[in-house]
Amino acid sequence: MFKGDMTVHDISLMKGNEALAEAAIRAGLDAYFGYPITPQSEILEYLSSEFVPKGGIVLQAESELAAINMIYGASGAGARVMTSSSSPGISLMQEGLSYSACAELPFLIVNVNRGGPGLGTIQPSQGDYFQAVKGGGHGDYHLIVLAPATVQEMADFVYDGFDLADKWRIPVMILTDGALGQMMEKVEFRPYDKSQRIPKPWATTGKTKGRERNIITSIHLEPEQMEDFNIHLQKKYKKICEEEVRFELINAEDADLILVAFGLSARIAHKAIDLAKDQGINAGLMRPITLYPFPTTIMNLLAKKTKAILVVEMNSGQMVEDVRLAVDGQVPVYFHGRMGGMIPSPEEVLDEMLTLSQKHEFRVIVQE
Amino acid sequence: MEPIIDLENLECVYLKPGTLVDTQTRYCPGCGHGVAHRVVMEVIDELGIQENVIGIAPVGCAVFAYFYLDIDMQEAAHGRACAVATGIKRVLPDKYVFTYQGDGDLAAIGTAETIHTANRGENILVVFINNAIYGMTGGQMAPTTILGMKTSTSPFGRDIKLQGFPLKIADLIAMLPGSAYVTRQAVFTPNHVRQLKKSLIRAFGYQKEKRGTCLIEIVSNCPSGWKMTPLEANDWLEKNMLPIYPLGDLKVPEGEVKHA
Repeated sequence: MFKGDMTVHDISLMKGNEALAEAAIRAGLDAYFGYPITPQSEILEYLSSEFVPKGGIVLQAESELAAINMIYGASGAGARVMTSSSSPGISLMQEGLSYSACAELPFLIVNVNRGGPGLGTIQPSQGDYFQAVKGGGHGDYHLIVLAPATVQEMADFVYDGFDLADKWRIPVMILTDGALGQMMEKVEFRPYDKSQRIPKPWATTGKTKGRERNIITSIHLEPEQMEDFNIHLQKKYKKICEEEVRFELINAEDADLILVAFGLSARIAHKAIDLAKDQGINAGLMRPITLYPFPTTIMNLLAKKTKAILVVEMNSGQMVEDVRLAVDGQVPVYFHGRMGGMIPSPEEVLDEMLTLSQKHEFRVIVQE
Repeated sequence: MEPIIDLENLECVYLKPGTLVDTQTRYCPGCGHGVAHRVVMEVIDELGIQENVIGIAPVGCAVFAYFYLDIDMQEAAHGRACAVATGIKRVLPDKYVFTYQGDGDLAAIGTAETIHTANRGENILVVFINNAIYGMTGGQMAPTTILGMKTSTSPFGRDIKLQGFPLKIADLIAMLPGSAYVTRQAVFTPNHVRQLKKSLIRAFGYQKEKRGTCLIEIVSNCPSGWKMTPLEANDWLEKNMLPIYPLGDLKVPEGEVKHA
């Protein structure tokens, strides 16, 4: 499909997966390790054709297990590295993610979410929310999780993801879905300043004279030491929660109903809000951009000013749990979701909104 | 009483290599790991490559190899050492990279990684300790456990019908076009230690020349897991393991001499 001589302009019409891969090259990617799986194979394909001729390292591993461990090794050796997969493959990578979280390795991992459980379907889904934000593998850990809603953000969040990973020495996940990966939109690649890269004196690059040996490990056998290390990790996560929360608000300050949705669902929710406006309903949107850290504080504040909250997801109701924790019973929190690769339509979300409008007696805003 | 030895005027003829950390190891008395560690580091010391080596520790008895080896190291998940080594070598192609793995790590849970790494011809060295048992978890059956051998999970002896055959992974690796040098060595006599040292020097040399994957299997013992004294274990190894796992080079790079 590609010949390795594709000219990508700073402004291009591209698939989400390809825009993400192009952004990784522009962000100074050193190496990519991955394994084919639909609907994300374009990332591996794009890098194979566009990055290798530029001297980049791209290796198709024998499995996702191998890929994530190649990432572990290369990240531990100080390189800027990325892997990507889709739901079943991400499940296979959970062991490596747990080890990497413990070894505090910075890298970018992309989950182009498809419908599950099991082999499931190759259609888009947000069913991996719990796995992404609660840890996923064994033990007490988190990743930073970014949720793009446009092809533009598929590219932008690669830059941000690499920077956050290096800043906090943490694996960063871009949690997107099969629709965003496959759809084509306009994308503008902003310049990336590679000179700002953080040095990695901890990396295993060979023990030079005058320094202690560098060790990348995740084992602390003595429980006292393991607890101390866990305390260190939890302090880091707390600081991340204080400093890195990102979200987008649309008409959320004075709305009777606030929709909460991320990624593709947020675009559908936005459309439903516009449709509801024609019916006289004053609704707003809170779109979490960081799923971990979750925008808990703003969610709690918004709940003080609204009558009800409706969470829209492409799963059976996962993020809604974090919303309810943040809202803390101040107002009712409702849920509308579709599963197994189905995408909710703006009209069905509107129907839910109309029902809630009657139930909670929303103000009727007369259009001028 | 007069001292039997004049400590003041002794000539030092045998030193611990400077690349070994001055600490007590967690290995059992009589275990081959200590000797294998020493020989690997002696070679790194003599080749003067300490600054350019990255080692990978496995899950198993050698999980804490980085406590003892004074080089940059990574500790891999169980079985994934070859994948980790691949990641390191690809981004640092001019460094020496070696894994140090046991039979369970390399030939059971990590079989796929081991085979594909060798098949890609990654320029790394795999040091493979084969003691036919899972030592760290307390003496369970390994892929390399020989037929009839009793372990805690083959208490009546390994039976083909129940547990299949011992896996000769070095022979498998030697068949792959990506492997350059595959040899089987031992550490239970001084002569075998000397042979191993020569093999390690060859393997690091081949890595420098980017000839492909090198694997050195070390047929070793596990007195604790085998429920034997160290001497009994060495004796048992010679009589029972070497007929199944004969020592010598299985494969050498083109134009090189194969040693028995």
